[in-house]
Amino acid sequence: MSANTASLPVGRYAYDQVDRTFLSQRVAQFREQVNRRIAGHLTEDEFKPLRLMNGLYLQLHAYMLRVAIPYGMLGADQMRALAQIARTYDRDYGHFTTRQNMQFNWIRLEDTPDILERLADVDMHAIQTSGNCIRNVTCDEFAGAAADELLDPRIHAEILRQWSTLHPEFTFLPRKFKIAISGSPHDRVAARFHDIGLVARPGPQGRPVFDVFVGGGLGRTPIIGVLLRDNLPEEDLVAYLEAIVRVYNAYGRRDNMYKARIKILVQALGVEAFREKVDAEFALMNRADYRLDPAIVDGIRARFGIPALEAPADAADRLAADRKADAAFDRWVRTNTHPHRHPGFTSVVISIKPDGGIPGDVTADQMDVIADLADGWSFGEIRVTHMQNVVLGHVRKDRLRELWLKLVAAGLGTPNIGLVGDIIACPGLDYCSLANARSIPIAQKLSARFANAELQERIGKLHINISGCINACGHHHAGHIGILGVDKRGEEFFQLTLGGSASNDVAIGQIIGPALPEDETVDAIARLIDAYLVLRTEGEQFIDTYRRLGAASFKDAVYAPA
Amino acid sequence: MPLLENGRITEDRWTEAVEGAPLPDGAVIVPLDRLEEGLARAGQAPLGVAIGPDVDVRELHHVLPRLELVAVTFATFRDGRAFTQARALREHLSFTGEIRAIGKPLPDQYEFMLRCGITTVKTERAEDVSVWQQAHEIISIAYQPSTLHERREGPGLRRFLG
Repeated sequence: MSANTASLPVGRYAYDQVDRTFLSQRVAQFREQVNRRIAGHLTEDEFKPLRLMNGLYLQLHAYMLRVAIPYGMLGADQMRALAQIARTYDRDYGHFTTRQNMQFNWIRLEDTPDILERLADVDMHAIQTSGNCIRNVTCDEFAGAAADELLDPRIHAEILRQWSTLHPEFTFLPRKFKIAISGSPHDRVAARFHDIGLVARPGPQGRPVFDVFVGGGLGRTPIIGVLLRDNLPEEDLVAYLEAIVRVYNAYGRRDNMYKARIKILVQALGVEAFREKVDAEFALMNRADYRLDPAIVDGIRARFGIPALEAPADAADRLAADRKADAAFDRWVRTNTHPHRHPGFTSVVISIKPDGGIPGDVTADQMDVIADLADGWSFGEIRVTHMQNVVLGHVRKDRLRELWLKLVAAGLGTPNIGLVGDIIACPGLDYCSLANARSIPIAQKLSARFANAELQERIGKLHINISGCINACGHHHAGHIGILGVDKRGEEFFQLTLGGSASNDVAIGQIIGPALPEDETVDAIARLIDAYLVLRTEGEQFIDTYRRLGAASFKDAVYAPA
Repeated sequence: MPLLENGRITEDRWTEAVEGAPLPDGAVIVPLDRLEEGLARAGQAPLGVAIGPDVDVRELHHVLPRLELVAVTFATFRDGRAFTQARALREHLSFTGEIRAIGKPLPDQYEFMLRCGITTVKTERAEDVSVWQQAHEIISIAYQPSTLHERREGPGLRRFLG
């Protein structure tokens, strides 16, 4: 491997020969496990945790393979490999998930070892994208780019990815375990809806410190995480997380899978008693063994490529002129870009939510387009967001319009980020064996109903989240408007919750009233939004109006059509 | 399956206590609720104890010096508490005797067991021992510290196994 930083992939950890050896051993191991299953030496019950640990689910119609995209970072070459897998082994498309991963929905068991081998060719895998283990660590989609960032969280996300990979003690936990990490004071990772949420900032001597939130989550029992420890020194990060997960492994419930997450343990013990157990474990540990030495962190950091951010002095001015000359471009810039730390650059959000489309679904051809655009405009670096969109992190302002034209030509120019059309939806009953209702058609109808970009912008920031069952994969509790599919005597109904948020103003949405039949749901939401447009005062977003007035003002609109 | 140590079959010098019967002479593994009885045996015959997954191993603290073996139980392969028990025995209680996995662990968990401080495995499973050997040898790299204190490699937390 070359030590030349310029040759390292931008924004993610560069594998070396040792990492590649590990991955190929892992593929060989899974190939052998599949063979043992096919030969009958493993029962389906025994094979299940092994395939889950390699991302392979058995869904309603077929196997689903969930590919890990660590902290959402992807290179253009990796995106092309995903496109090729979609063409060869799936039906020409893939699906971005809320954990910044990609799912393929039509996979054959026999093909999976070959797919994993193809992924390993580009330093990718499906390890721990499922199963009762520490899952893919998620991260701020504007990491290393955002103007408001204090610290790039990806270095520590990578350390946690490595630490949790085939962790000998934590691979058969009571239930899955999700960690998110942010380095910005503006929470874009839903830190308090995770088993562990980490918020990093610079501390003394230039080394980071972490606020550690624990016991948050959505699912059947939505709970906001509590602050377990503030200002945790970097050198104790691994030791302290070991202590938390060890307490969870020992005491988390195993008798009922719906009460097995760490949030239930924290609630059952109480925060103080839980903290005492973690502190006791932490105090017993040999900290020298677990110490995260600055040299280790810097060694990992040195494996990350850094973008050479050079822009003409007038880049911002040229963008301003381009915006003035083209109203459609100007609108897209308003909705689909995010401020960059460099004045000549911006971060672009490519909406994977076309009007009337399926949130997060992307065709193989679009994947190739995104890969080419990443190469041409953003150092070959791509980020998958927990909102199921894609970010190009470092785009020069004077080249932005050129990029936008290409996106529009590929059907990827929808200007709806953060607006009504930017819906999060789970796969629902169209794919999932747990679902009670179809989430995707509701998302599509809502998206088509509000396709008018001008109307969407007038409505303003509004997060709609749709889950097809109470397991809440569409995070409906965290939506400004949450939609939950329920089954009533074989009919699909949808229950609305209002006022949820996964940001700094974290809140769990409240049920507004009885569930609505499928064919009335979209109309009811349209009336709800109309009511908000009448009720809001200058400068208010939907969530502000809701918080000011409460549910009562909206209830009439939902249940009493004019 | 016969007793497994370091991926190889080895002779088992231990006898398990039979429920309702008096403890035999020689090396015996007693269940936790017969530990007092085991400790009260005359002489210094080797003694081991088998514990369930819900036991806090710190409760064994003062008897550990008298024990040569602790057996941790995988009631099912899905229950990973035995990993934490083994690790606590090694790291917090400095237990240097044999830690034996009993019950129904999968061969695919073998490397995890070894890294958590388990030294021997006696399971009710029927696979050929070669499956366990292979599980031990197939992965040669790990990414976190373990009770085995493997050799560090390269940047980060990486270790070479074996």
